[in-house]
Amino acid sequence: MQKSLHIDPGKCTGCLQCELACSFENENVFNPAKSRIKVFRFHDIGRMVPYTCTQCDEAWCMKACPVEAITTDAATGAKVVSDALCVGCKVCTIACPFGTVNYNASTGKVMKCDLCGGDPECAKACPTQAITYVDANWTGLDRMRDWAAKTDSGARASA
Amino acid sequence: MQHVIVGAGPAGVVAAETLRKGDPKAKITLIGGEPEPPYSRMAIPYLLDGNIAEEGTYLRKGAKHYDALGIQYVHGRAESVAPAEGKLKLEGGDQVPFDRLLVATGARPIQPRVPGIDRPGIHGCWTLADAREIAKLSKSGSNIVLVGAGFIGCIIMEALASRGGNLTVVEMEDRMLARMMDATGGAMMRRWCENKKIRVLTGRKVVGVEADAKGPGDKAVALDNGEKLNAHLVVLAVGVRSNVEFLKGSGVKIDHGIVVNDQMQSSVANIYAAGDVAEGPDFSTGGHMVHAIQPTAVDHGRIAALNMLGKTAHYKGSLIMNVLDTVGLISSSFGKWEGTKGGESSAAVDNDRYRYLRLEFDGDHLIGALGIGMTEHVGVLRGLIQTKTALGDWKRKLLADPHRVMEAYVARSQV
Ligand SMILES: Cc1cc2nc3c(=O)[nH]c(=O)nc-3n(C[C@H](O)[C@H](O)[C@H](O)COP(=O)(O)OP(=O)(O)OC[C@H]3O[C@@H](n4cnc5c(N)ncnc54)[C@H](O)[C@@H]3O)c2cc1C
Repeated sequence: MQKSLHIDPGKCTGCLQCELACSFENENVFNPAKSRIKVFRFHDIGRMVPYTCTQCDEAWCMKACPVEAITTDAATGAKVVSDALCVGCKVCTIACPFGTVNYNASTGKVMKCDLCGGDPECAKACPTQAITYVDANWTGLDRMRDWAAKTDSGARASA
Repeated sequence: MQHVIVGAGPAGVVAAETLRKGDPKAKITLIGGEPEPPYSRMAIPYLLDGNIAEEGTYLRKGAKHYDALGIQYVHGRAESVAPAEGKLKLEGGDQVPFDRLLVATGARPIQPRVPGIDRPGIHGCWTLADAREIAKLSKSGSNIVLVGAGFIGCIIMEALASRGGNLTVVEMEDRMLARMMDATGGAMMRRWCENKKIRVLTGRKVVGVEADAKGPGDKAVALDNGEKLNAHLVVLAVGVRSNVEFLKGSGVKIDHGIVVNDQMQSSVANIYAAGDVAEGPDFSTGGHMVHAIQPTAVDHGRIAALNMLGKTAHYKGSLIMNVLDTVGLISSSFGKWEGTKGGESSAAVDNDRYRYLRLEFDGDHLIGALGIGMTEHVGVLRGLIQTKTALGDWKRKLLADPHRVMEAYVARSQV
């Protein structure tokens, strides 16, 4: 059973431990600006929303890549960027309708969540279980899936 | 079933793979017009700036990728098509039978019609063969003239500049990137390029290329104001034309490209088209347009293949969008960035930091955007436009501060 990140905004306190853990794991710095998960704060309604890639099936980033630098990790299902193959053309950053692939000017490559190879640091760092790593069919990513379906530029084929 | 795909760029390759996935038994032939394995033109700038070797431009990395999928990859140039007989004729005389044909032959750069344009050392930047010539001629300290500061011109500027040449750019329009940037953005780009020691001439036409005795192989590029620019290498990026000549007499309807319906089918039932060569449905206008970009080529290839398989897939239309890196300045544009009648817009300009963001709204949703210096969450602009997300009270907030666009998306979709 593949797992995915389950995000429950109602439990998020906005402590940013996830951003720090992510940037340290992936970029060796404690710098939220380099994190692949971002917490959005809506003060007026008192809501915090951690947000990152859902490893969607449509995988616009992967399909748009001109040099096969983004592939699916067979074990985790994550769409993973190969730094060795990425040329930094950024076409995936505009193809992803969720805005979860970013260009990193200091490396000249793009970066996105890769589920840390199956042991996501953000989930481990989260003190309130707002981010958990659970069986995929429990994640309730429906809102994002709806959004994905709406963006799909080609209707899925009917047989 | 015998599927033939002519053209082995991203549209052709994705179509071949989609066909194989949907039909393990079909015979699939992929015909490429160039000697290399299928490659990606848009990786050429990174080859020129030394970031990758030629193999790095290949669309698929495994040497046996096509064999393993049972896709027959052959080299050849299409010469003519007889749809009724289901035959594609190649240069040299070979006939390839097909039940369904996908035309994915892309486009090629056009040459300005001026005297001397066929002199040696004048190249498009379109194929790997072009890239090899450009690499040979763009030595450190040599003078390079780039004709055209559109999308492709601006993308290859970095590669040309990084090779150590002295670069002059000549653009006929009154600004850089006339078709994907407004005056504010174009001026910002220009200032950036000039700070990088690139000479930018706008509103200028090349009227001829003459010999120049300054150095062996040197040319003098003559401009419409009488100025002559010494150049060892001239690179042309003034636009492209669809590769459709071989369809003459086939009955396939052609406008700017091959006109296709929302199933990527041409006016001839057993012929489909995809990618740069196709004039397909346009998301923003509901009409038909050639959108010569990688994401559209890939979408087209997939949709065409599904329909060739007999599965009915309707295309909702491509959204024109671009992202480019012009000697380090990143810009992007999406959809109707010039806005629409009766629409509203918001913009934030920071000239000192080279940042710009312009949003265009129609009623309660986003229809277009321009960005300079934006590298975080850019894709959400596509998402908001293509899903026609109702912005509600976030529209007011975005009119006040367009930079809150990612927040607007999260708020409207996740909260
Ligand atoms: C330098 C450069 C930079 C670019 N940068 C970007 C970018 O940053 N973002 C972006 O979205 N797009 C970019 N593009 C555009 C992008 O590369 C194209 O949109 C894309 O390649 C289109 O794919 P395609 O499969 O339709 O056609 P192509 O990739 O052009 O492939 C066409 C294929 O058809 C073959 N062919 C042509 N005529 C015949 C014939 N008569 N018989 C047989 N075969 C034939 C060719 O050999 C080739 O194999 C760039 C292009 C260039 C040149």
